[in-house]
Amino acid sequence: MGVITDNLGLYADGLLGTLEICGLVAVAALLLGIFLAGFRVSPVPPLRAVGTVYVTLVRNCPLTIVLFVFAFGLPEVGINGAYITFGVAGLTVYTAAFVCEAVRSGIGAVDAGQAEAARAIGLTFSQSLRLVVLPQALWAVLPPLGSVAIAMIKNSAILGAFGVGGELYSVANTLNSARGEPALPVYTGVVIGYLIIIIPAGLLLLMMEKRLKATR
Amino acid sequence: MNRSVLYDAPGPRGRRRILVASVAAALILVGLAALAVRRLATNGQFAGEKWSPLFDPNDVNFPDLWRLLGGGLLHTLTAAVLAMSLSLVLGVLIAMTRISASRWYRWAVVGVVEILRGVPVVIAIFFAYQVLPTYGFRLPLLWYIVIGLTAYNSVVISEIIRAGILAVPRGQSDAAAALGLTRGQTQRFILLPQAFRSMLPALISQLVVILKDTSIGAFISYEELLRRGLIIIQTLRNPIQTYLVIAAIFVLINYLVGRLAIYVEARLSARRA
Amino acid sequence: MQVQGFPAQRYPLQSNSLRRRWFVTAALAGVIALVFSGCGGGGKATGTPVGVQNKPTFAAGTTMARLAEAGKVTVGTKFDQPLFGLKGLDGKVTGFDVEIAKIISAGLGINESAITFVETPSSQREGAIQQGKVDFVVATYTINDKRRQLVSFAGPYYQAGQDIMVKKENTTITGPESLRTAKAKVCSVSGSTPAEKIKEYVDASNIVLFDVYSKCADALRTGQVDAVTTDNVVLLGLADSSGGAFKLIGKPFTVEPYGIGIKKGDIAFCQFINEQLTAASTDGRYAKAWESTAGKVARTTPTLPTLGACS
Repeated sequence: MGVITDNLGLYADGLLGTLEICGLVAVAALLLGIFLAGFRVSPVPPLRAVGTVYVTLVRNCPLTIVLFVFAFGLPEVGINGAYITFGVAGLTVYTAAFVCEAVRSGIGAVDAGQAEAARAIGLTFSQSLRLVVLPQALWAVLPPLGSVAIAMIKNSAILGAFGVGGELYSVANTLNSARGEPALPVYTGVVIGYLIIIIPAGLLLLMMEKRLKATR
Repeated sequence: MNRSVLYDAPGPRGRRRILVASVAAALILVGLAALAVRRLATNGQFAGEKWSPLFDPNDVNFPDLWRLLGGGLLHTLTAAVLAMSLSLVLGVLIAMTRISASRWYRWAVVGVVEILRGVPVVIAIFFAYQVLPTYGFRLPLLWYIVIGLTAYNSVVISEIIRAGILAVPRGQSDAAAALGLTRGQTQRFILLPQAFRSMLPALISQLVVILKDTSIGAFISYEELLRRGLIIIQTLRNPIQTYLVIAAIFVLINYLVGRLAIYVEARLSARRA
Repeated sequence: MQVQGFPAQRYPLQSNSLRRRWFVTAALAGVIALVFSGCGGGGKATGTPVGVQNKPTFAAGTTMARLAEAGKVTVGTKFDQPLFGLKGLDGKVTGFDVEIAKIISAGLGINESAITFVETPSSQREGAIQQGKVDFVVATYTINDKRRQLVSFAGPYYQAGQDIMVKKENTTITGPESLRTAKAKVCSVSGSTPAEKIKEYVDASNIVLFDVYSKCADALRTGQVDAVTTDNVVLLGLADSSGGAFKLIGKPFTVEPYGIGIKKGDIAFCQFINEQLTAASTDGRYAKAWESTAGKVARTTPTLPTLGACS
């Protein structure tokens, strides 16, 4: 296990890199996902169709292919960017579909009487969604969003396999493939790194679920 | 809750407004699509030689290309089916251990489950690919993917099965006890079949996850669908067109599997009603 | 109340489940048959037939004896390297490295149809040899001291050199020294020698690393990077398949001997491979291997470099 302690700095940098990528993706995917969820419950048929098609396509497509399309498809039509940008964008587009479904189910969990009351006092669709339903949906939506976030953190490892440097997974590549360090400790270190993020996140999620059950 | 709760059944004015909004939205969509098409056209993406090897049976490369893709699809499905089967077997074993084992043993199982659940699948696959051979386990590439996928999915499936077993009404196991069945028999003949049936939709949905994750195999040069696509691209230089076809194949298969889950779910709840 | 899970009356259990069981068995059998028919990532090669030895004999216990006895061999090569090792639409791997592998196998009495080619990207080569995934590696594999600590090398069978490839219309990049002043983004492959070497000429922030060279070529074509650097032959192949969009600077600034990677310390196998190379060089098979592959876009046919000592 000397490899891990000798390269603690490298692992720490990787951990930070992963957190940085995940932070960016979390914010962007949350915004895009909420937007899409709004589309999916809207009274305007074309918008609903956009939401449905987006979710169906993206959820059924492997993240790897989404990433390849971004990094090697977009440049074909003259859209260029840094590799990390494409990676973050691809992961965002992918995650947003799952955020959308989580938010939609959250909207569904709000008591129907709430929306009815909002309409009764004359609020429009967007007002009742913004002022009455979504704030309440927020609580119901937190646990499924938490699961999406954890899945997203794990998916970010694919970016590393894809060639985006500076995150946790790429540390294994540097140490094992490029420097020839033994595989077992190198990969164990990476696994520990992910567990450092995932396990507290999972516990947080569990606590949220418990509290939610209690308030109901 | 259905949509109609969020807004009244629209009156004449509301209908008019929705119509206007629909037309506006449709126009914007058509506009965006037109921009995309123009972008593709100005970058030469509609050139015949980029499409015809994929779609024109008379193209010289068409047979070779589809033989490659077909074989790739077969490798994808093989990996997915093997991983799903192994995950099911292991998942049931883990679930039963977790429910019936003694306390300390159970904690050990929970620990392993939690660790495996936290490991990204891509890392599980690379772990198998890089670590196993150094200990003398030299396997065909397929198996590293299957092992990596199974490590994660057996744990997920065990949670699904466990939830199913816990959801079986208590009267069932009481009745089984009254009949003189042992604990093991109760699990095997009474609880597990019912849990399995009620969780069938969730299990089918997990197959979509597995199918998608097989494409990680492309990173260890297992020639599944995506890797075969990359081989095609390095000769034909048509990434957009090839990704389109590969993505379409994945979406179609996964969509059908997803529909199957919904269908099974509907049939089950119809029978319950 | 219909008790869930006991649908005995409503479902003719016997016939249905029997049929289903048969189906499941058949499906499983199919899958297992598929698995054992070897649907790994291998590929067979074609090309000019080379003089295959008829049942050669070797000292017992050597790698040669083992391989000749098995009658088949697994070779690591690149699948994305035009002219050296490229997997085509027909699923076959072709190139100079593939031909060299055939020459060595022929000396073992192994026909080219019994060679399984396995993809070994730059970062996977040492691992593949150490773990025994392959019997030897011919994959534009530069001999250096760092790698010698992990594996042994036969050969070299070719002398390459690092060069720079840019877009045809680019005139600002004229050599390695001009990269920094041009603020050029330079692409290479992670874990490769050229990626290390170019750090002398370019700031780390301007180096882009992928796992395979084909991605570098894509990145150059789309303008994500301004230059690709690696061994000249690799660049020649990429330039060749670019349809004239790329050009080489043509000033190699390193000496890169390509070797055949084998298990560390397998001196007898190393000597055997060197004998095969020497023989092929003498009887013209070496030149023919070059001319049928990389020679198509190179002006001169190389001669076999002075072979290194086996250790």
